[in-house]
Parts: sequence; structure tokens; C-alpha cells
Amino acid sequence: MILIEWIQFIAGIIFLLTGLFVFAVQVFGVFKFNYVLNRMHAAAMGDTLGIGISLVGLIILSGWNFASFKMALIIVFLWNASPISSHLIARLEAMTNPHLEQHCEVEEGVTEHIWEDEQKAIIFADKEEK
Amino acid sequence: MSRKISEEEYKRQRLVRMKRWLSGEKDLYLDNMEVIPYGEYKPDKKQIKRYAHDLDEMMTRTYDTEHNRVYRFFQRFYKMAAILCCIALIFILIVEVSYLPPVGSASNPASNEVAAKYIEDGLQDTGAVNIVTGMILDYRAFDTFGESNVLFIATCTVLILMRNDKKKGKGSAEDEERRDSFYEPKKDAILQMGARILVPVIMLFGIYIILNGHLSPGGGFSGGAIIGAGLILYLNAFGFEKTERFFTEKTYKVISFGALLFYCLAKSYSFYTGAHHLESGIPLGTPGAIISSGLILPLNICVGLVVACTMYAFFALFRKGGF
Repeated sequence: MILIEWIQFIAGIIFLLTGLFVFAVQVFGVFKFNYVLNRMHAAAMGDTLGIGISLVGLIILSGWNFASFKMALIIVFLWNASPISSHLIARLEAMTNPHLEQHCEVEEGVTEHIWEDEQKAIIFADKEEK
Repeated sequence: MSRKISEEEYKRQRLVRMKRWLSGEKDLYLDNMEVIPYGEYKPDKKQIKRYAHDLDEMMTRTYDTEHNRVYRFFQRFYKMAAILCCIALIFILIVEVSYLPPVGSASNPASNEVAAKYIEDGLQDTGAVNIVTGMILDYRAFDTFGESNVLFIATCTVLILMRNDKKKGKGSAEDEERRDSFYEPKKDAILQMGARILVPVIMLFGIYIILNGHLSPGGGFSGGAIIGAGLILYLNAFGFEKTERFFTEKTYKVISFGALLFYCLAKSYSFYTGAHHLESGIPLGTPGAIISSGLILPLNICVGLVVACTMYAFFALFRKGGF
């Protein structure tokens, strides 16, 4: 029995430390890069992989009970929610940055439609009055 | 023994390369990743001229020491006054600290009989297994009523400031929303799919937290916040056309006002009977059952409704200027 407990403890600690390492890499990347999309690439890693591994470690440490089930649900929730929010932020950046092609390769026709005259009129409607 | 190495050899060392990379001098990924180098700094002459002009104006008009007597006086005694104020404040605080009761003393105000009473008699008095909920919705229900009203008043204030009354045409609420959220990804398929999966789960979880408030950690405030977040997610995914089918200004008014009124009446009744030592006639039930602990469950539901509506209303008002 003691052997199983030790194995559980060591496996949990290894998972937790791996998760912490991923978090450290994430924080380093967020401060290292300058451009939004690069930084998001680093930040999204911690939200999915880092927290996933850390929670798996906590589940192993906690054992087979209701709290572990709740933590598994948290993993499922975060793996649903975090990529979606990252996707939305990236899409907003792609939509609003008129010089996107300076930063990365862009497929033709992704951003051009935003800057048509008709839609400019909607955005700057209140400015034209003055 | 140290030995001298050439500049090139020094730069090739692993530690030095690491240091240079860390400080951003040289980027290892410049060739294969899209890190942008900083552009050269070019001063904008027009901007500099404007700043200089602003500075001159400020100096001659606001800080006119020759003509502005108050400012001259202020400038002369500013440092002295600051030091005096600081010393006075430090003195007052030190005197106050010397009057504080010693740490851990039995006669401290923190360790009087109230806390012990809550812990010992809480389950018997309120019927709630979760002592915190028993405290905030039974012993201190009046305080929680004030908090719910604060939320309602905050919404009213935001309504006064942000409400857009124009019905149609330029500058109406719809037009405002269209312009404000122009760049936002609308009708995003990925977000809609995610919302379809997540929103029902979030709502269910919020309802579970509210209804289970007297049995486990949670209650009206946290559950209401979760439901409000679910509503906001739904709104972001599907737009105002979809949410307007079930949540309009009228719904907000009815739900908030009804919940607050019920809270007020229920608690008035319970205070009245309690103050006159009458039987309130509300059964406490068996502790641990879902329908137990008297008024706490309906009051939790009321608080949850107010919080959820407030969160959604804030979001809708800041986004569009209407519901």
C-alpha cells in the first residue's frame, strides 16, 4: 500500500512541476515577444497545456473522489473556453490591424473588405458631422 | 587562473549568447520567426513644436509666479507643509496604534461571544448547513438586502448615464451598437459552437450553486454572477436579436423589482415576528435537505436573480446603450 502511495505522490509531483515549467515558459514568452499574435501563442500555451498538466497532477495527488471529478470538469471547461477566446482575440487583431501583412503572411482577401468606403462611412459617421 | 580571450571568442561563449538573447540585443529566431525589429526613432517636428507651445502656455498662464500670489505662497511653503503634514500623520497613527488591544487577548472585540454563537447555534437557529449562508441571509439579512439594493441602484445610475433613447436612424441604440462593435467578430462559427456547448452547462451550474447555497459553499451572489456570465457569453455569440426574445428592459424591471420586493416583504415579516417574540410559522425543515432552512432558499434565489440581471444589464448598457 505504501508503495502505491509513494508512486501516486511522485507521479503527482512530476506532473505538477511539468505544469509549472510550462507556465514559466509561458510567462517568459509573454514578456519576450513584442507582437500580439506571438505573445498570444505563448499565453495560450499556459491556459491549455500548463493548467491541464497541473490539474492532472492534482487529480493524481487527490485520488479517486468527487474533488478530482470537479477538477476533470475544470480541464474540460478550460480546453473548451480558452482556445475560443484566443481565436476571438486573434481574429480581432487580424480585423483591426491594417498593416497585418508587415507582421506575418496573410492570405489574399482576408482583411481587404474592412477598408471599403461603405463600411468606413459607418465607423466614421459621427466624425463627419463635425 | 584567468586568461585573456579575444572579443570574438568571448561573444561565442554560450553564457554570453544567452545573456545577449535575454537582453534582446540579438534574436535567435529573427530568421525563422516573425519578430519585428524596432524601427528607427524619427522625431516629429510638428509634434515637438506643439508640446513646446503647450509648455510655454502652461508656464505663463498657470504658473505665473509674479502675478499669482497664492501660487507664490504655495511654492515657497510647499515642502515645509508636506513635511509637517507627514509628521502629524505619523504621530496620529502611532498614538492610535498604541491604543490597540494586544494580539490574542481574550477581551479583544474580535473574539467576543457573537462568533461563537454563530458557530454553535447557527445550524439550530437557521437550519442551514453552510454557516456563512445562514449568517448573511438570516442573522445579517438586512445587510445583504442593502447589498442587493446597491446593485440595483448602480444599474439605475448606469442607466441614467448610458441610456440611449433615440429609437431609429442615426445615433440610435442599434446604430451605436453597430458602430461600437464594428470590428468585433460577429456570427463567429467557432464561438457559436462553443457557446452552444457551454452556455447550458454554465446556466445549470449557476442554478445548482444558487439552489445549493444553504448546503455547500456558494449562494446567491456567486451563482448569480455565473448565470450573468453565461448570459453575456450567449449575447456575444448570437447577438442582441436572440437575447431580446427573452430579456428586454421590461424583463429586467420585473425581475429585479419583484425579487427585491419579495426580499423586503419576507424579511420584514420575519423581523416583525422575531422582534415581538412571535412564532413566524416558517418551518425550518430537516438540515441537509434541499428544501429546508426556511426563508434562506427563496432569499438566495432573489439575490441570484438580482445579481444575474445586474451583470447582464451592465454589459448591455455599456455595449449598446439599451437592453
